Amino acid sequence: MDDQHQSHQVADDLSPTRRSFYIKFIYGIMTAIGAALAAPAAIYLLFPPKIRKEGQWVDAADLSSLPTGTPEEISYQRTRVDGWKVTSEKATAWVVKQPDNQVIAFSPQCTHLGCAYHWDDPSHTFICPCHTSAFSIDGKVLAGPAPRPLDRYEVKVDGNRLQIGPLEPHA
Amino acid sequence: MHNKIIEWLEHRTGIQTAIKDFLYEDIPASSGWHQVIGSMAVFFFIIQVFTGSLLAFNYAPTPGEAYNSVKYIMTELTGGSLIRGLHHWGASMMLIIVVLHMLQVFLYGAYKKPREATWMMGVVLLLITLAFGLTGYLLPWDNRAYWGTVVTTQIAGQAPIAGPYLTRLLGGSVGNVTFSRFYALHTVLLPPLTMILIGIHIYLVRKHGVTPAVDDTAPRRKFFPEQVFKDTVGVAIGFLILFMMAVFARVPLGRLADPTDTTFVPRPEWYFLFLFQTLKFFKGPLEAVGSVVLPGVALLALFLIPFIDRGPLVRLGKRTFAFTFAALALLAWTGLTTAAIMTTPKTTEADETAPGAENLQAWQQLTPEELQGLAFFRKENCKACHPGAGKRGIGPDLTQMIPAHRTAAWMIPHFKNPAQVVPGSSMPPVHLDDAGLNALSAFVLKLTPQSEQAVLSTPDFVVQGALIYQTNHCDACHQIMGAGQKLGPPLDGVGERRDRAWLEKHFQDPKSTSPGSIMPPYKFTPQEMDAICKYLGQLPKAGG
Repeated sequence: MDDQHQSHQVADDLSPTRRSFYIKFIYGIMTAIGAALAAPAAIYLLFPPKIRKEGQWVDAADLSSLPTGTPEEISYQRTRVDGWKVTSEKATAWVVKQPDNQVIAFSPQCTHLGCAYHWDDPSHTFICPCHTSAFSIDGKVLAGPAPRPLDRYEVKVDGNRLQIGPLEPHA
Repeated sequence: MHNKIIEWLEHRTGIQTAIKDFLYEDIPASSGWHQVIGSMAVFFFIIQVFTGSLLAFNYAPTPGEAYNSVKYIMTELTGGSLIRGLHHWGASMMLIIVVLHMLQVFLYGAYKKPREATWMMGVVLLLITLAFGLTGYLLPWDNRAYWGTVVTTQIAGQAPIAGPYLTRLLGGSVGNVTFSRFYALHTVLLPPLTMILIGIHIYLVRKHGVTPAVDDTAPRRKFFPEQVFKDTVGVAIGFLILFMMAVFARVPLGRLADPTDTTFVPRPEWYFLFLFQTLKFFKGPLEAVGSVVLPGVALLALFLIPFIDRGPLVRLGKRTFAFTFAALALLAWTGLTTAAIMTTPKTTEADETAPGAENLQAWQQLTPEELQGLAFFRKENCKACHPGAGKRGIGPDLTQMIPAHRTAAWMIPHFKNPAQVVPGSSMPPVHLDDAGLNALSAFVLKLTPQSEQAVLSTPDFVVQGALIYQTNHCDACHQIMGAGQKLGPPLDGVGERRDRAWLEKHFQDPKSTSPGSIMPPYKFTPQEMDAICKYLGQLPKAGG
């Protein structure tokens, strides 16, 4: 008996069934507690917040001030839910007025990795400075790694005012 | 494969041996259930670190923003109120467990030679637990947090000699600086310090071994698995209680901290109530005795217990004095705490995150007139010279005005003719009618260091909506937040009763939606209609 107490392998005079019950209990409880903490943590971090819808239509520009057939970058104020805050911020869009007074409004971010692109008049294309994606005036990919055409905002024309809404869903 | 990895790890790091050495430590045969509390304290510390880190992922550590982000955690994130509940109640349970652990060690006389250092390290850990509670109390930045901390920092300021220095260390009057320091202590300094001290504490326990009972001559046993099993049972019970509390007991979040709120009754967290009550017995110059000297002496005595009681270890049943002392201390604590609770007036402060309660934005606590003032504030571009945020521009920080200037009676003549009221002022006169000047001063009075940022970021449609509301004199018949007349129905929470289409129709032809209404029709432009409907639609319910 005494020898066993000196050893690191055998502890006490516990019966093997008792010993194995203890060990199973310890592992079981620790696993349960781990799960009870990990599950809420995962939900808390991964579930999207319950966002309140903000008024998403914004009065953005005067239609008569836009050139026809040439993209123009317009900037306007919009409100955005940003975490715990509703911020009023400056936003931009590239808009192209068609001859029939219809307007296309592109989101100002390249569909590749979100860089801000610009209109290059000589080549008549939108060019992204990051990875040289190029888009035509109607947003189609002409060159580079961009995976899809430029994203568009929904637009409404109200008399002489251009209103910009949420992003159109990807085709 | 599995064995190979373990073998490799063992060979390179010796981790398996280390764990075995830890688990197969010899402990006295007399060890048992009374010794599980120390392990529980370590477990609860881990819970606090875990839940605290999760909270920090969605928390903005600046006043005002802090409040909004806590509200966001509580109301908009799934599981957020559970995580905060675990952290909040975990703090209380942590303290209870630490005190129980200390009580057990005290009653068993386990602090005696050679374990004096272990005890003293334990007292330091108790103090750190209290410091966690104190600093964490401020972080939600609601009225409870703000006023509780005001009192605490004032107490620190009363300390003999060190008082003024302590006040300066804590950031002066409670505001940005105090907040940042409390946050840094709570999240940057204290956690690693606690880990190190727990490490030293456990090392000392291991060095001297678990204290055996006096008559314990039975052969020693191993820590694993029997004692670990008992520890696990203790941990499981503790965790179950905590989880139940987090699920069923709501953690309140009151109104945004408001230094001008004279109705709020500040109280510290429950475990500090006995100190709070002690303070009431000492008046005038003796106050520091109750607030600093007496607690200081008690703490010193606690720290030095191993040197005060130096007798040999005796049987538990013979430690009559220790038992009497502990019982008296417990009785005194309970008495003082009960007295403090009994004398606390019932608070009427609503829980801002309770189900059904409005999730109030800063602007939702402003009247239409104050929001109109904000419209003028923006139109006149006051911010160009009064940048706020603790900065002085060409003009002073409006949140830091001296009390004598924080009245409409001072401000309005100043707006009309700045240089006449403040000689040498380069501020241009504000061209508004009297009603406009009233609104502007009402708004400026609402600017505090705590609310400034939140109030100034009020969305444009709100300001426009309130401006339309004011210029059309809607308040001649309607009330919002108790301001205005009662000829028509109050508009608080109107968005819950009426939808947008109803409102628009009502403005165009009131009788079509409310037969018999005496309200005249209003011809708004589409932009105006949009602003006023959105503004009214988001008004909180009365008393929310």
